[in-house]
Amino acid sequence: MSTETAAETLDVTGQNCPMPVIKTKGAFDGIAAGEVLEVVATDSGSVSDIAGWAESTDGAELVDQEEATEGGRDVYKHYVRKTE
Amino acid sequence: MSADTPASPDDDLDPEAVADLQARIDALETEVSDLRTEVDDGGSQKMVIIATKGTLDMAYPPLILASTAAAFGYDVTVFHTFWGLEILHEENSKNLQLSSVGNPNMPVPNAIAALPGMDRMTTRMMRTKIEDNDVASVEELIETSIASGVELQACQMTIDLLGYDEDDFYDGVTTGVGAASAFQDMVDADIQLLV
Repeated sequence: MSTETAAETLDVTGQNCPMPVIKTKGAFDGIAAGEVLEVVATDSGSVSDIAGWAESTDGAELVDQEEATEGGRDVYKHYVRKTE
Repeated sequence: MSADTPASPDDDLDPEAVADLQARIDALETEVSDLRTEVDDGGSQKMVIIATKGTLDMAYPPLILASTAAAFGYDVTVFHTFWGLEILHEENSKNLQLSSVGNPNMPVPNAIAALPGMDRMTTRMMRTKIEDNDVASVEELIETSIASGVELQACQMTIDLLGYDEDDFYDGVTTGVGAASAFQDMVDADIQLLV
């Protein structure tokens, strides 16, 4: 994510379904309107899970999703903005 | 249409009938607006799961779905009855077993799977796989579910039947509930599942 800075980062690496979505919801409740939450996961299913969660959740907007290799493992980064 | 038709149809209307109609329209409008408010206010959707199985593999689906639905803003109730109670039993939940017999996904034929100790062995294999794949433990999922506002209920009749005590269950588990309250929850719910 090049233009925006996340207000908070949630690390759910090493956790599989359903934890990434559940913890994303928990951290998302804690940020203020307009802020962006960054979620760092190693679960490849989190890509569709977090996108689906953001789509179904009022006030959540999926800004970006990135895939990278860090420390020899695949890492999935999600950016969700609180719109209201 | 003849020329005798009255110019204004209002001339034929009885003022009393008009007033009655107006009153009826007002009453209906109030009713519609009340219903709208009720629908809007009841915005939160509901899911009810009835959990009846107590093997390690069958403990996961209700807990995963329940905690996920809570993350989607659903009001969730999981009613645990019969062997589903084992999932909420603090001590037994840490020792849930797989059944090797009658499970075609097991790497051993039924005749061997029926030998003493086989369930323990396949359960150990499964637990290792669960850990290796970063899958949460049953205990973690229960704690996460309760923290997410999921209502975990233990069927009182089965508690009595199996000789358990209310203190045997995880903190936050609701006891003293029966089929009627589960049914009532199901009537109100958008999603009802039997696991």
